[in-house]
Amino acid sequence: MSAFKDTMVITQRQLRLLTRVPEVLIFSTIQPVMFVLLFRYVFGGSIDTGQPGGYVQLLMPGIFVQTVAFTLAGTASGLAEDLKKGLIDRFRSLPISQSALVIGRTLGDSLLNIVVLAVMGIAGYIVGWRPSSGLINVAIGFIFLLLFGYALSWVGIYVGLSASDARVVQNVSFIITFPLTFLSNAFAPTTGMPRALQYFAEWNPVSTMVAACRELFGLENQFGATAGSFPSENPLLTSFIYMLIIMAIFIPLSVNKYKRAAD
Amino acid sequence: MKSVIAEDLVKTYRNGAVRALDHLSLDVEEGTVLSVLGPNGAGKTTCVRILATLLRPDSGRAMVGGIDVIKHPEKVREVIGLSGQYAAVDEILTGWDNLVMFGQLYHLGKKQAIARADELLERFSLTESAKRPIKTYSGGMRRRLDLAASLIVKPKVLFLDEPTTGLDPRGRQEMWSVIEELVKGGVTLLLTTQYLEEADQLADEIAVIDHGKVIARGTSDALKKQVGGERLEIVVEAHNVTKTMEVVANISGNKATLDEGLRMISAPVSTGATALIDTLRSLDSEGIHPLDVGLKRPSLDDVFLSLTGHAAEEKTAEEEVSTGRRKKAKK
Repeated sequence: MSAFKDTMVITQRQLRLLTRVPEVLIFSTIQPVMFVLLFRYVFGGSIDTGQPGGYVQLLMPGIFVQTVAFTLAGTASGLAEDLKKGLIDRFRSLPISQSALVIGRTLGDSLLNIVVLAVMGIAGYIVGWRPSSGLINVAIGFIFLLLFGYALSWVGIYVGLSASDARVVQNVSFIITFPLTFLSNAFAPTTGMPRALQYFAEWNPVSTMVAACRELFGLENQFGATAGSFPSENPLLTSFIYMLIIMAIFIPLSVNKYKRAAD
Repeated sequence: MKSVIAEDLVKTYRNGAVRALDHLSLDVEEGTVLSVLGPNGAGKTTCVRILATLLRPDSGRAMVGGIDVIKHPEKVREVIGLSGQYAAVDEILTGWDNLVMFGQLYHLGKKQAIARADELLERFSLTESAKRPIKTYSGGMRRRLDLAASLIVKPKVLFLDEPTTGLDPRGRQEMWSVIEELVKGGVTLLLTTQYLEEADQLADEIAVIDHGKVIARGTSDALKKQVGGERLEIVVEAHNVTKTMEVVANISGNKATLDEGLRMISAPVSTGATALIDTLRSLDSEGIHPLDVGLKRPSLDDVFLSLTGHAAEEKTAEEEVSTGRRKKAKK
């Protein structure tokens, strides 16, 4: 019970940080909104989707997934900062549950994602995104996105605790998330890629997430090389399995790493 | 009763390449202040981190408040307070936010946590800045807040790791008076420092450590006595420095140190005024006329120098450049 309370205190801290530095919230929303506008108006005109509603319908799930994937970087650099400042030492010297700090942080970062996704959804709506699957499916889609962000924030915890320098953390996070989000079906159909990359792109968890969201938002996703494969037939289930795998690996790894931080 | 006991602690880093603690043993009597004194890299922080449950030693045993640090770290955490080298508080949050958050993490109820935060802010003269983010605080204020955070539940044993490193003289004075207040209140305190003056001022007992070992231990007076009473200081013109150092070393029987900036040569002497007269005679016969000469009561600097052969406040090259401090040459 006290472990739960400790976790909530840490989550509250994350939220309070947002109210003290509203810039964080503003910039975490501006960036994805900027992506929405750029892709919608720069590439949107030249990509023929063959689906009703045009490119923006396919784009929005892609950008949603990319945005929650970037949670990894936020979690990682926040934690690395705490570590550098000695704050983690203080937390570890307190008589609290040793996992409260990391769990609290991942929850806090997920709450931030709710706000960011809401703002993006509105921005998307303004530029013509119209999910056609009904409120419940759209809601499930967003819950799915939050879960994916939550799973990845555990990777962020691990990266944040592992890096020797807070500046390195940004780079490492970028190196993990950038290829994953671009070697995927998020912004362009995979069918234009070399065949070997198509396999990677279509099994990529980002792609299965994007495909799952497209399905939930009432669109068809196109698969190239792996059409008929398990992820192409079951994007929702595949994504769910990926999240479980990520958490099954990184939660114990991160908690363990935290307990022996700087050992 | 001993509130802190460390026995034979060994800690190595990088697979044994760096030996931070090399069979370090020390103890602190309940209600007293032990200052662990040593230069950068002597193992002070490693020692505190082990005692405060943040680090596991490779071997050895440690007890804090009668509890085994390695077997029951979670119980040790209930009786200790730790304030580190860096002010370990959330810079973005306000002072009040921080103390309330830590109070809640110490499992005070929300109301109690708030009451305690207000009380501590008042006591450390931070009430006025309570609602400002920490990043607007001065160095001294940050340290005071950090100290306040480690006192939320009145710890039995308090660890302060270099509480005044990096503070300006005023901040240091403020910190000292706060710590002196605490000590009067009867807390058991283990304090690390690289400032000899600080150990002298605050501690009942001093453990001098170097290369991960305790190399000397005792009260400030006892340590000073160990070096041999007073200290002879002579200022001469630049061309006479070398010869004078020889003479001084001869008469004192100890190493003579040179402060290049002041051209001041000094060495501990055990015979006081006699040594002074002898030195002046020898210099006179060499035709050297000192610009200034005197006898000083020994400082802890001398203790360190005589124990380790190097000065305690030895800076790394980098720090030296940035602070532009006078270098204490050794010979």
